[in-house]
Amino acid sequence: MGNIAGYRRPMPGTQPNHLHPDYVSSIKRAPNHPLIQIPQTLSEITGPVFDRKTVNVKAFDLTKQHSGEPQGERIIVSGRVIDENGRPVRDTLLEIWQANAAGRYLHKRDQHDAPLDPNFSGSGHTITDDEGRYRFVTIRPGEYPWGNHYNAWRPAHIHFSLFGPAFATRLVTQMYFPGDPLLAYDPIFNCTADEKARQRLVSQFDWETTLPVEALGYRFDIVLSGREATPMGHK
Amino acid sequence: MSLQATSSQTVGPFFIIGCAWLDRAEIAGPGISGERVTIEGRVLDGDGKPVHDALIEIWQANSHGKYAHPDDAQDPPVDSGFQGFGRIPTDDNGKFRFTTIKPGSVPGPDGKPQAPHLAVSVFARGLLRRLVTRIYFPDDAANAADFVLNLVPPDRRESLIAKKAGAAGTLEWNVILQGPSETVFFDI
Repeated sequence: MGNIAGYRRPMPGTQPNHLHPDYVSSIKRAPNHPLIQIPQTLSEITGPVFDRKTVNVKAFDLTKQHSGEPQGERIIVSGRVIDENGRPVRDTLLEIWQANAAGRYLHKRDQHDAPLDPNFSGSGHTITDDEGRYRFVTIRPGEYPWGNHYNAWRPAHIHFSLFGPAFATRLVTQMYFPGDPLLAYDPIFNCTADEKARQRLVSQFDWETTLPVEALGYRFDIVLSGREATPMGHK
Repeated sequence: MSLQATSSQTVGPFFIIGCAWLDRAEIAGPGISGERVTIEGRVLDGDGKPVHDALIEIWQANSHGKYAHPDDAQDPPVDSGFQGFGRIPTDDNGKFRFTTIKPGSVPGPDGKPQAPHLAVSVFARGLLRRLVTRIYFPDDAANAADFVLNLVPPDRRESLIAKKAGAAGTLEWNVILQGPSETVFFDI
C-alpha cells in the first residue's frame, strides 16, 4: 500500500466552503469546528467498485421511461470524466436527477405549483466507457422558485453524482446551462469563490452531438481529483 | 497536465429521485463472514433538529480487513458478494439504520494496523460539500493506538465511536452537524 499515491486536495477557492450564509440552509448545517486533516490511508484511496452488471443499460435515457414522451425540449448531455492528470476515468458510475420541463421534481416535498409530467421521472444513471465518456438523453429542466430569499429562482440545472476510483474522489455537483440569466443571482452556483471553477459548472452547447430534428446537444466534462505524483505518507 | 477537480454542489432536497435505486441498508448479505452489527442513529442540525433530507454512504473492508478494490494489494481474501458499500437516506425523523459486519483492521499511515472503522460520507440539503467522518467500534482495544483517532482532540473522539444500544449487536452513532457536541469531520 505504501507505494500507492493518494489523491490531491483541491486548489484553494475551487471548492465551496461549508458555510455560505447566502445559501440559508448551510447556516445551521455547516460544521463550526475546522475539519481535522488526516492522511489518506487505504480506506480513502479505495472505494466502491460498480461493474456494468449494476447498471440498467436503459437508464441513460430519461425520455423513454414511460409509455409516452415527456413534455419539453429534448436534449443530449454528454462529456468525459477525466482526472486532474488528464486521464480518463473509466467504468465510473454517474447518477443524475432533475426537475421536469415545468420546474417540478417528482418528490413529495416539492410543493412548487407546476404540473408533474406522467411521462418524466427525472432520474438516470450510466457508467463511463474506456475513454471516460458518458451520454444521457433527457429534457431541459425548468427553472423553479425556492424559499431561500425574496424572489429566489434556481437556474436550470441537472444534479450529477460520481464515484471515481476511490472514497477520496466522490463528487456530487450540478450542471448548468450556458447563458442562463439566473446564474448571477443563485447562491448555490456562486458558493465557489473561484470564477473559473464556477464557469466549469456551465455546460457548453455542442453542435457535434446535436441530432437533426431530434435534440440539442450540451457538453459537460467533469474532472475528478487526480493522484499525487509521490506516494502518500512520504513527504 | 494540471486540471482542477470540478466544484462540489449540494445534493439539494430531492436527491432521493436519483439515488434511491442504489440504496443499500444491508451492506453484508447472509452468506458474508464476520460479526454482525446493526448501526442506527440520527442526523441533527445546529438546533438539534432532525435532518430528514440527508444521505449517509458507507465504505468498508471485509472481516479480514480487505477492501474489494484493485488498489488493495493485501493478501487477505475478498469475500465474493461483499462490496463494502452502503447508502442510507434519513427518514422523516432524521433516522437511519443499516446492518453490516464489523470490518477487520487495515494498514495505517504509520505502518501499524488501524482500528476497525467504517468510512462515512454525509450529504444533505445545506451541505455544499459532503462531510467525511468515520465510525469506530466500542470497546475495541485497537482504538487507543489508532493513528487517525489520535489526530483528534481527546474530548472530541467520542463522536467517532459508536455506542452499544438496546439489543445485542446494535450500536448507536449520531451525526451532529454543528455545535458543541459536533461530530468530528475530516479533511482528506
